[in-house]
Amino acid sequence: MIEIRKQEIIPSQEDAFALQGISSGSKVSSNIILLFDQAVKIFAEHAQPVGIIAEISKNDFGIIYAGEGRNETDTPVAEIFQKADRLALFATTVGQGLHDKINELFVNKDFALGSMLDSVASAGVEKAADVLEAFFGSTVTRGIEDDKNIAVMRYSPGYCGWHVSGQRKLFEYLKPEEIGITLRASYLMEPLKSASGVFIAGGVDIHFFADTYSFCSQCETHSCRERMYRIEHSINASEPGEQPASIDKRRKE
Amino acid sequence: MDILRQIALVLQRGDSSGINELLQQALDNKLGPREILDDGLIAGMNVVGDRYKKHEIFLPEVLLAAKAMHVGMDKLKPLFLKDEVPSRGRVVIGTVQGDIHDIGKNLVAIMLSGAGFEVIDLGKDVPPKKFIETAVEQNAKVIGMSALLTTTMPVMKKVIGELKEKGLSGRIKTVIGGAPVSEEFADHIGADGYGYDSVQAVDCIKRLISAS
Repeated sequence: MIEIRKQEIIPSQEDAFALQGISSGSKVSSNIILLFDQAVKIFAEHAQPVGIIAEISKNDFGIIYAGEGRNETDTPVAEIFQKADRLALFATTVGQGLHDKINELFVNKDFALGSMLDSVASAGVEKAADVLEAFFGSTVTRGIEDDKNIAVMRYSPGYCGWHVSGQRKLFEYLKPEEIGITLRASYLMEPLKSASGVFIAGGVDIHFFADTYSFCSQCETHSCRERMYRIEHSINASEPGEQPASIDKRRKE
Repeated sequence: MDILRQIALVLQRGDSSGINELLQQALDNKLGPREILDDGLIAGMNVVGDRYKKHEIFLPEVLLAAKAMHVGMDKLKPLFLKDEVPSRGRVVIGTVQGDIHDIGKNLVAIMLSGAGFEVIDLGKDVPPKKFIETAVEQNAKVIGMSALLTTTMPVMKKVIGELKEKGLSGRIKTVIGGAPVSEEFADHIGADGYGYDSVQAVDCIKRLISAS
């Protein structure tokens, strides 16, 4: 079990606004800024972030990934995890208290604040997963001199062709019930503001793929592009003289 | 500026604390609750919806206006006689069985009541039978269903199938929404409408009801 400090997972305005349908760079009213500030304050008061990580072998992960046999036939995860150096399952939540608070705001007709808090909490869960990912990354790179060539990316059931029913085996192995996350028959996690999945650590090049899989056209976020950009950017930042290969050039053939 | 226009403007600003005072002034000026509702509150809410669709304002501003609308409705409702509470029609709404995400569904319910509909909110994790029984009992014109999981989307199809089996599909329309739901899916399962967001869902329900 890993304690996560609340200060580490306060989301940015940009991340919360994106979930409110407000695109980056939009001019927003002072009312919206005020709502965000209020929501962050409530989030800081009520969030109870906690996470759990368990390293797993490729063989064991292969069984978990296969789940109930409902994955897409061709997926990035199936290919990438085989090339990984290390893998770890994870789960994290910001707690039930926030969900209760969001409901309370709606009951009291504070719809705008309730909705903003919902977005702040969703973005906060992603930040909590970022913290766990960084923790696992630091474990992986400990003692390695050339750690700039190692990167970690995460994937979750329900995304990138990994069927959401994969949650069942993930839960059986990881036991996130220990940190208060349970799984419903519909594979829905409770508390709602929770995330789970796998961290895949390995050479930078293994993480790049084109978003041309059959399911990519239905994906609304394409957040894999942003994560690849971050990996690429970190290489660029560490080696200013070297131009990184573009994401497109590293596409899956 | 006349009082009804002021009400509409205050509502557009999302000023829920200012709305009651203006409503009282309107009532003191002998305006009827129906007129205040239609030409003040609903007129203001219509402008908010239009501005949102044109991307001139964002969701939080719509929801601030919705709160002002609800505050106003709370003041006006007791002034209508029992059987004269205005309604554009009854809508049964809920998050389908197996799913407990309810923010999106709540937003649609809020916007529907703001637009003058009578909303029967069944909450979350609602079985197909409950949607249909309630719609029949309450003489609702529309069933609105929300799902945020691909695993719970088939429940929507089940409701539509059961309505068809019971010969109710012409009388009770269905509208679906939620992150994994699409227009194509709505067509595929035979839903009468699809709402990408709460404002679009309300527009869709208005269209379905006026066409029926």
